[in-house]
Amino acid sequence: MPDDIDRDLINALQGDFPLVPEPYRQVAETLGMDESELLRRLDAMLERRVLTRFGPMFQIERAGGAFVLAAMKVPEADFERVNAQVNAFPEVAHNYRREHALNMWFVLATATPEGIARTVAAIETATGLPVFPFPKEREYFVEMKLHA
Amino acid sequence: MPELDALDRRLIVATQAGLPRVSRPYDAIGNELGIAGDEVIARLQRMLETGVIRRIGAVPNHYAIGYTANGMSVWDVDDARIDELGAQVGALAFVTHCYRRPRRLPDWPYNLFAMVHSQNRDEVAARVAEIAVLLGDSCRAHDILYSTAILKKTGLRISG
Repeated sequence: MPDDIDRDLINALQGDFPLVPEPYRQVAETLGMDESELLRRLDAMLERRVLTRFGPMFQIERAGGAFVLAAMKVPEADFERVNAQVNAFPEVAHNYRREHALNMWFVLATATPEGIARTVAAIETATGLPVFPFPKEREYFVEMKLHA
Repeated sequence: MPELDALDRRLIVATQAGLPRVSRPYDAIGNELGIAGDEVIARLQRMLETGVIRRIGAVPNHYAIGYTANGMSVWDVDDARIDELGAQVGALAFVTHCYRRPRRLPDWPYNLFAMVHSQNRDEVAARVAEIAVLLGDSCRAHDILYSTAILKKTGLRISG
């Protein structure tokens, strides 16, 4: 588990990371820590998967691409196989297991809108199961931050 | 849509997995792309302004920082009122994402998705009950799909 200093660091790094030549040093100064200590902790948290990534979060739709949520009904006995097949697609950005008949929910991210239909078809072929896309029609709110 | 040139796209590909953890990360990216660090900064700044980048920073694994209950609440909301109500649900402090999506009848009657992260399922359920009050008679049915495992979380991976 992250300690208190890690938590302060996570919260600080969920703000707007500075676009200056030495951004880590600037953040470290606001936390009263050395840049080397910050980098060591950041690496360690990425290594331990406390953080899943650190960098720009792209809204690929604004760059001509597409993000689409999709779900599958995966028989329990086939879950591991299907999971491996689905996750092998680089277009699968996130994948969550959920408690429902539709028990696998993933987000596809592609460089073009056509890439979504192509990837859905390819996943259906690979797994032998139907994929239900749930494209967003409206976005009411997205807050990509969680207080640590 | 904001205009992105070939260099912007190379910058997306170079940074989608993350920023380098070195003192001068923008210089390091610039070296890789054959441009100055200042140019990297200017282009990232422009993409932030146009919304191509939502934010630059850390993405925590919500389980690892104590948000062990992750409930995707889904709602069958009157089409005539969904945009007005969706905006209100999205404005609730505990809702981290909120979208309108198509129904898949007959199996899936829900058209509003609101993600709720919390320390435990009781808390998620209490928050979902608040959403139910807000939606009132305009909502015919709802469900909560709890996540039980992160199967993958790498983020965007497009090729150049």
